[in-house]
Amino acid sequence: MDERLDGMTTDEAVRVRGLVKRYPDKVAVNGVDLDIHRGEVFALLGPNGAGKTTTVEILEGYRRADLGEVTVLGVDPARGDRHWRARLGIVSQTSRDEAELSVAELVNHFAGYYPAPRDPDEVIAAVGLDEKRRTRTRKLSGGQRRRLDVALGVIGNPELLFLDEPTTGFDPEARRQFWALIENLRTEGTTILLTTHYLDEAEHLADRVGVIADGQMVEVGTPETLGGRGARTARVSWLSPDGMREVRTDEPTAEVARLMAQYGGEVPELEVRRPSLEDIYLELIGRPAVAAEPTSLTAGAVR
Amino acid sequence: MSAVATTTLPSPLKVGLSRTRLEVKQFFREREQLIFTFFFPIIFLAIFSAVFSGTDFSGGVTAATYFTPGMIASGIFLTSFQSLAITIAMERDEDLLKRLRGTPMSPQSYFIGKIGLVLTTSILQFGLLLAIAGLLLGVDIPTEPSKWLHFLWIFVLGTASGSVLGIAFSVVPKSGKAASAVVTPVVLLLQFISGVYFVYSSLPAWMRTVSEFFPLKWLAQGMRSVFLPDGYEVNEPGGSWQLGTGAIVLSIWLVVGLVVAQRVFRWTRRDAG
Repeated sequence: MDERLDGMTTDEAVRVRGLVKRYPDKVAVNGVDLDIHRGEVFALLGPNGAGKTTTVEILEGYRRADLGEVTVLGVDPARGDRHWRARLGIVSQTSRDEAELSVAELVNHFAGYYPAPRDPDEVIAAVGLDEKRRTRTRKLSGGQRRRLDVALGVIGNPELLFLDEPTTGFDPEARRQFWALIENLRTEGTTILLTTHYLDEAEHLADRVGVIADGQMVEVGTPETLGGRGARTARVSWLSPDGMREVRTDEPTAEVARLMAQYGGEVPELEVRRPSLEDIYLELIGRPAVAAEPTSLTAGAVR
Repeated sequence: MSAVATTTLPSPLKVGLSRTRLEVKQFFREREQLIFTFFFPIIFLAIFSAVFSGTDFSGGVTAATYFTPGMIASGIFLTSFQSLAITIAMERDEDLLKRLRGTPMSPQSYFIGKIGLVLTTSILQFGLLLAIAGLLLGVDIPTEPSKWLHFLWIFVLGTASGSVLGIAFSVVPKSGKAASAVVTPVVLLLQFISGVYFVYSSLPAWMRTVSEFFPLKWLAQGMRSVFLPDGYEVNEPGGSWQLGTGAIVLSIWLVVGLVVAQRVFRWTRRDAG
């Protein structure tokens, strides 16, 4: 009885130790450890080619690990059977299939694959495609298409949902709507593994973040503590008579008060900044952020 | 936990039938498939009947009568081999197969869906061909039960071998876009050398020899045995319908196709590692 092992040996939805995957021309994953707790949203970050997708596809059972120990919902993905797959939801990167079928046809059809699916109409409404029920997939916009993918991913009421770069190509409004959808799923207790290029997305959605670079897990932490406390040191900058000045300090408020006293009120060009998740991320993967640029403008995609 | 793990999954047959409905729906919504797979033999039968209307086919057989069995055989080959080879190659390239593999759907259900699609489209196509040939082109449709019994096994063996060969061949095109370009010429070539578009006995001997290695020739010859008048087999190169040999060759292709399809079929693209 495989089932008895589920959830007994571990409370982790995903447990990975020493994962290695080699391809003929390179080592894609080189000793990754990873734990994802039940009920959390875990974001996997990393540049293209860092080993994100390979890792996720091993967890999904699409690829075989060369070395290491992998357990997903208590089962080795290489041996995952239909019962195991029924507990997963997978939203892969690409999707251009089934062009001639409508949203409602597809969602209803996929519901028939699962032992205890969600209500198709509710799922369609939840992803915001109610008005597109009768629309053929071919005619959906990129964002709508992606929401259909999520609908097909969650229709089986999964315990664990994989989301591989779900919002690539979304406009800001569509991304906000998408985030709300993911937050609802989290509230319902779904464990989510998200890979993304968008740092603000990880910051917004994830309970914990893991950064992969060159096939290794560089760091795991909450979005607030990633990179260590020191990395979060504030920078206060202002325009002094001699030009722009900047000081790094753990007590920015005191610094600002000092400046106010010095200038007798308004401090020219005053700015207090903490490094964004993006700054820390770039540091972790060994690509220093361009310091001069205001981070608020670069909080977009990292490629 | 155990409550989740012990829930019964939907039966593969039920899901397979649901896939059949979906496949058929999609087939009739794709214009390209509809024209080049479904209506192709019907269009060609009409054209050939018109072009060769003045030609004498010996034994009082009209052009329409002579070409009807060839087009029926060709249609079976199109709705099974060509249709599956192209659509599965595209479904693999578009990651539909990968998506399906990530669900608890049984692989059996997928193939039940494909078999259901082939049966539905080939039966509909045959019915339409027969209606047009009989009602519009004045072709004599056989009434003897023995001929229809022959038709039945030839039809089943033809669709079955065409289907497994199509599933196996779907790994050949490197991308979904290339699928039509890779599969269609193969089918076209076989149609030319197997006596679908020409009177088989008028083909050069070497060409007939080549065609004897492939299923379409035997499928076409079998259909001629059903739809051409008794005694017409004297016009065949061997002087007979060779139904026994046909059954053996088609069966060999069915078994070979089955084995190869099982070995080469994959759910993900080749470049997906």
